[in-house]
Amino acid sequence: MSPFLVSIKLALWTTLTLLPVGLLLGRWLAFAQFRAKPLVESILFLPLVLPPTVIGYYLLLVFSPQTLTGTLASRLFGEPLVFTFPGLVIASILVNLPFAVQPMQIAFAALPHEVREAAWVSGLSPLRTWWHVELPLTWQGMLASATLVFSHTLGEFGVVLLVGGNIDGVTRTVSIAIYDSVQAFDMQTAGWYSFSLLSFSLLALVIVRNSNPAR
Amino acid sequence: MTDSLSVCLSQQSPIVLNVDLVCRPGEMLALIGPSGSGKSTVLRTIAGLQSVSQGQVKCGNQVWLDSDAGINLTPQRRRVGMVFQHYALFPHKSVLENVKLAIQGLPEEERCRKASEWLARTNMTGLELRKPGSLSGGQRQRVALARALAREPSALLLDEPFSAVDQQTRRKLYRELAQLRADLPIPILLVTHDISEVQQLADSLCLIHRGRTLQQGAVQDVINAPRTKEIARLLGHQNLISAKVLERQEKHTIYLLESDERLTGPACDFQPGAEVILLIPPTAITVLDAQQNGMQDNLLRGYVRDAVGLGDELSIRMHLDTVTKSLRFRLPLHTACEQGIRTGTPLGVTIRPSGIHAIATDSVQPESSTTEHKWTSC
Repeated sequence: MSPFLVSIKLALWTTLTLLPVGLLLGRWLAFAQFRAKPLVESILFLPLVLPPTVIGYYLLLVFSPQTLTGTLASRLFGEPLVFTFPGLVIASILVNLPFAVQPMQIAFAALPHEVREAAWVSGLSPLRTWWHVELPLTWQGMLASATLVFSHTLGEFGVVLLVGGNIDGVTRTVSIAIYDSVQAFDMQTAGWYSFSLLSFSLLALVIVRNSNPAR
Repeated sequence: MTDSLSVCLSQQSPIVLNVDLVCRPGEMLALIGPSGSGKSTVLRTIAGLQSVSQGQVKCGNQVWLDSDAGINLTPQRRRVGMVFQHYALFPHKSVLENVKLAIQGLPEEERCRKASEWLARTNMTGLELRKPGSLSGGQRQRVALARALAREPSALLLDEPFSAVDQQTRRKLYRELAQLRADLPIPILLVTHDISEVQQLADSLCLIHRGRTLQQGAVQDVINAPRTKEIARLLGHQNLISAKVLERQEKHTIYLLESDERLTGPACDFQPGAEVILLIPPTAITVLDAQQNGMQDNLLRGYVRDAVGLGDELSIRMHLDTVTKSLRFRLPLHTACEQGIRTGTPLGVTIRPSGIHAIATDSVQPESSTTEHKWTSC
């Protein structure tokens, strides 16, 4: 499997898993008021400020077959998570959590609370309010969330290298391939991969910038 | 037949609430009070959008909230129609869909027909497919009203519905609402801080201040006969003069002002010697011509302390000769010009006895900033 396919497969798994998680967490953080909210937000958004290698290091420790968590994970997945694609997906999900949650939280927070209340006093149940009012007014946040997660996963390097290693066809993503090509002085291949990621990242940013939650 | 809405709320925190009110079917009860007095909180609590520590909200035999019995119905189960201050229309839905969403449990065709009917009743026919963003303030208000009524609510709650529209549109909407409510046999609660809006629209008034209901009754009764000085001030009355009951007769009462000046008012319940505050509404004041002699009853003399032109009226502050208190009233500009009234002009006014209302001094709330002292300016 080419690095492109590995990257896209990883990005798809991460995006599809994080979309509902981001939706629920983002909505919860936007509407709920509780004392520990800053702490919960800080933990969720930690990957934004933490160097990816640090996250990768800790995940290596957690996934290691010598630890209790690693043993449990091995039993659950049928194989150790270190240097495997499932391990890579889990690491990617954790790293990308803030990119999934934050746009959703912003989109829900921008929703005037009176509009939801108007739906309730009009007799709409919470589920129907979500379907008829919240969802149509926050889909831009969902689009931004999915785009950010997908493009960020494609470009992820530090965590991928530490947790997934560099196994061709299994964990060798585009960003690892760029690093490998430069190490091997194959600048043409590195240039091609880099230009592809650059184009995609630019496109993703245009999509995110256009998905303004202001209505 | 719809029943009365009765509300009794009590809590100490986060904001103090001590509210007790009743609104009969077909009656429009205005909740009035300064900003932050708790009017909207009361409305939101009735709708089930906010909870209180102690309270009861009943609409006929339907109990929406009873904290003692552990009943607190969701907004969906309370059957209220609510018009929000900024209308809270669903921006992504058309006008028709906004109203249709509030109609449930009916086939699609029936929902469309009913929604169109309500839009017709609020003069919105022809704009069904427009989105709220392309509507004027008045049109949005009409859609919000149609949506609130489309649910066929047991009570209608209006949260400052006219605050976001211009004066001209407001007058038009007043008229439309007055026409519409003639066929609405449900209790209607209107939150506002505009006393003229209350006088034009409401049947009764409930004054709320710092979360407490201070007085409820027919609009003119409350405005003309506030129970306390605090209520008088909150209703915008400025002419409050300290006096003492001198003599009680069958049909009138004689009050003694400072310097032995006397005023005659209607019969009252105060005993002779009781200290009172006299409310003199501007409508009870008649300015005497310069040619008129000074033999009239209830005559007060003084001079114009300042006179400010406000459109076609002159706002006058008259300093009284014998009372350390000013009277405020307005005169048509042309009348004031004819009589040569300007700052410094000596003036005589008579007070219509039936317009005077006496308020007990001891009813003034201790926390009021205008603490009473004998014979001091109010």
